[in-house]
Amino acid sequence: MNESAPQPASSVLALVEVSKQFAGVQALDNVSFDLAPGEIHALLGENGAGKSTLIKVMTGAYVPNAGHILSDGKPLSLHSPADAQAAGISTVYQEVNLLPNLSVAHNLYLGREPRRFGCIDWRTLHDRARVLLQRFHLDIDVTQPLSVYSLAIQQLVAIARGIDQSARVLVLDEPTASLDRDEVTLLFSLLRELKAQGMAIVFITHFLDQVYEISDRITVLRNGSRVGTFVKTQLPRHDLVGHMLGRELAVLEAEARDKPSATTGEPLLVASNVTSSNGLHGISFAVAKGQVLGLSGLLGAGRTEVCETLFGLASVTGGNVAIAGQAVMIHSPRQAVGHALALCPEDRKHDGIVGELSIRENLMLARQARQGWLKPVSRHEQQRLAQTMIADLQIACPNAEKAVGELSGGNQQKVVLGRWLITQPNVLILDEPTRGIDIGAHAEIIRLIRRLCAQGMTVIVASSEIEELLALCDQVVVMREKRVQAHLQGEQISEQHIMTAMASGAGT
Amino acid sequence: MKAHALLQRCLHSRYFWPLLALALILLANLFISPAFFQVELRDGRLYGSLVDVLNRGTPVALLAIGMSLVIAIGGVDLSVGAVIAITGAVCANLITDTDMSLLMIMTLGLLAGLAAGLVNGGLVSYLGIQPIVATLVLMVAGRGIAQLINDGQIITFTHDGFAFLGVGSLLGLPAPVVITVIVLLLVHGLVRFTALGLFIEAVGCNAQASHYAGVPVKGVKLAVYGISGLCAAVAGMIITADIQGADANNAGLWLELDAILAVVIGGAALAGGRFSLVLSVIGVLIIQALSTTILVSGIAPQYNLLIKSLVVIAVLLLQSAVFKRQVSLLWRREAA
Repeated sequence: MNESAPQPASSVLALVEVSKQFAGVQALDNVSFDLAPGEIHALLGENGAGKSTLIKVMTGAYVPNAGHILSDGKPLSLHSPADAQAAGISTVYQEVNLLPNLSVAHNLYLGREPRRFGCIDWRTLHDRARVLLQRFHLDIDVTQPLSVYSLAIQQLVAIARGIDQSARVLVLDEPTASLDRDEVTLLFSLLRELKAQGMAIVFITHFLDQVYEISDRITVLRNGSRVGTFVKTQLPRHDLVGHMLGRELAVLEAEARDKPSATTGEPLLVASNVTSSNGLHGISFAVAKGQVLGLSGLLGAGRTEVCETLFGLASVTGGNVAIAGQAVMIHSPRQAVGHALALCPEDRKHDGIVGELSIRENLMLARQARQGWLKPVSRHEQQRLAQTMIADLQIACPNAEKAVGELSGGNQQKVVLGRWLITQPNVLILDEPTRGIDIGAHAEIIRLIRRLCAQGMTVIVASSEIEELLALCDQVVVMREKRVQAHLQGEQISEQHIMTAMASGAGT
Repeated sequence: MKAHALLQRCLHSRYFWPLLALALILLANLFISPAFFQVELRDGRLYGSLVDVLNRGTPVALLAIGMSLVIAIGGVDLSVGAVIAITGAVCANLITDTDMSLLMIMTLGLLAGLAAGLVNGGLVSYLGIQPIVATLVLMVAGRGIAQLINDGQIITFTHDGFAFLGVGSLLGLPAPVVITVIVLLLVHGLVRFTALGLFIEAVGCNAQASHYAGVPVKGVKLAVYGISGLCAAVAGMIITADIQGADANNAGLWLELDAILAVVIGGAALAGGRFSLVLSVIGVLIIQALSTTILVSGIAPQYNLLIKSLVVIAVLLLQSAVFKRQVSLLWRREAA
């Protein structure tokens, strides 16, 4: 076994045999974790493995039921995030936790603004912010409200804020989920710099490539227990996934490579030369019943815009969209639902789930909206449909009345998907269906999409993960600057071709 | 063990704390003035302080029913007090100037309230104005409209049929109480036996996600403000019938604030989401029982408002999950 034993004595931060329970659920069971100065330690596991809980213990948000925390070998007691910050533990959470209406600079120094004569010294604030962001090679106007910038830039700002708080330990909870390749490269070079300065970094991600690129050691959690802590170079990828899933990777990969046979036939959904209010230009494609169309491209290339336009969230200003040979005008999601379209949006938390409502209510929402408020689905029928979906999609939950906001990301995504499957759509549009989802749920969702196609559903998948598109698609539209850069079919669909099209600037 | 589980379930029920607060306030009267609990039957109608609490609470209870829905979608309706004045003015003038039937007068009164509600709803959902601003407009302008209808006068009238709404009795109970129960049942049926309740809660929790799921968000908002206007119109007719006159300046003055308070006491979040009409009405009863108790107890009237606000804060804290957690933490530290 190439497992490295924890060495709490020499570590900057160590959790020793920590346990945490919630209302009968053992979220962490006797987990030890240590962090040496100047190392990047990846924390991996499926959704619900206990990563978030472990981090929250580390950052003082949760107080463990058992076990203790050591800092430089001395006991450390954390009762609040403020305690953790005082101890030099800084955290950047998965969801950007900044204030979109305040300026970038103000967000960076919120709560510790430089002052002059009792007032905020804006000039110094802005200067400091510029210098800080230069380390990220991020050349943006720091006086603008944060909301002006993309999610990726907001994420970098959040990280910059975390780093600047003279931290010794930096905890990054899925920092790269919304970043494109260039931005990830930028982030990683910064992390290496910080590492060289002796900072200890905890890095949580679902991207295994990134784990191997950046981390020194890897700790794997499963069902609240620690599977092991491994030195990266001694842990083959194959084994890592095996540890995470508790089953063999081979089966999974074989399945993912086993593409569905492309059915050909009359095109079901046709876009011809579509121009839209959200900036699309001359978008054309046709997709048949039972086919999967992939939308690829870098961040901001227009993948999401295509999904939104088809679903009536942006209006078509030129060209036309036809379903089953009939030209349609769709001005709202309501009309889209009427045409048996369905959209699982990219921003699940904001546009997808209704967090406070139960799984059952979330599942029923689209069906009920389609049926109208005067024709309520009977309670009995609701329960039956909810149970069917929970079983079909393997939504992990105690019962259908659980609030969706309390589920893990993967299960939330399954609820949104289930909401649409209940309406039995003809065309299912998925915008980043596996964003922020662990590898187990990832494979399940890919399997599910394939099953739906086999049953005759047409699927459009927008994804930043090329592997996902390779595993699923019958044709791939590569977007660039809100236009179609390339249209690949059959044998043409390869990582090489997609990447070339993404990167090239030459015409279509 | 079973009793323990039952206790736990009660403690976690949304109904527990508001009902406990109401019970405690009523219990206080056992010591202050036992006469509080005396209820007697005279001329086929019940009399007593308890009946009084119910009766006096009716206008705010009606407002709170509508307000629960408005707050559930993350809005607020400040105009309901002014809508009371408008409805009163409309009804009083129809009674004095025309010889319409009672049914017609009531219908037109309700329509006035509905129209006001739809104006609010239109401003909020179609023009995208912040609810507090949009309804503030009608809160101010509404009294002006009522004054115009009344021509600057207080209109008094005698109309036995209409007055029955305020002072009559049905099934041994004051008519306003019966009317309020009917409205409560109607609105409850409207939201829980159709999908409207689901839509309201979904829009209140996450309007954007509801829109993406195909829920007619604007329509839901419009409907909710309309219902609030209708409830205010019913309250307006009861108040007008009770005093047999329409006072544009003072009818329903500040009642919107009591209604909002009642909804909050009932445990609803002002940010929107889950609602319970029954809990809001319990909130009204808490406020009303408290007022009556203070009055009966003989405490100098100067202290009334102060005591009321202290009790309200106590009730709100009792329901706050954060507060309860902090207290239990303190408790544990003391014990350790």
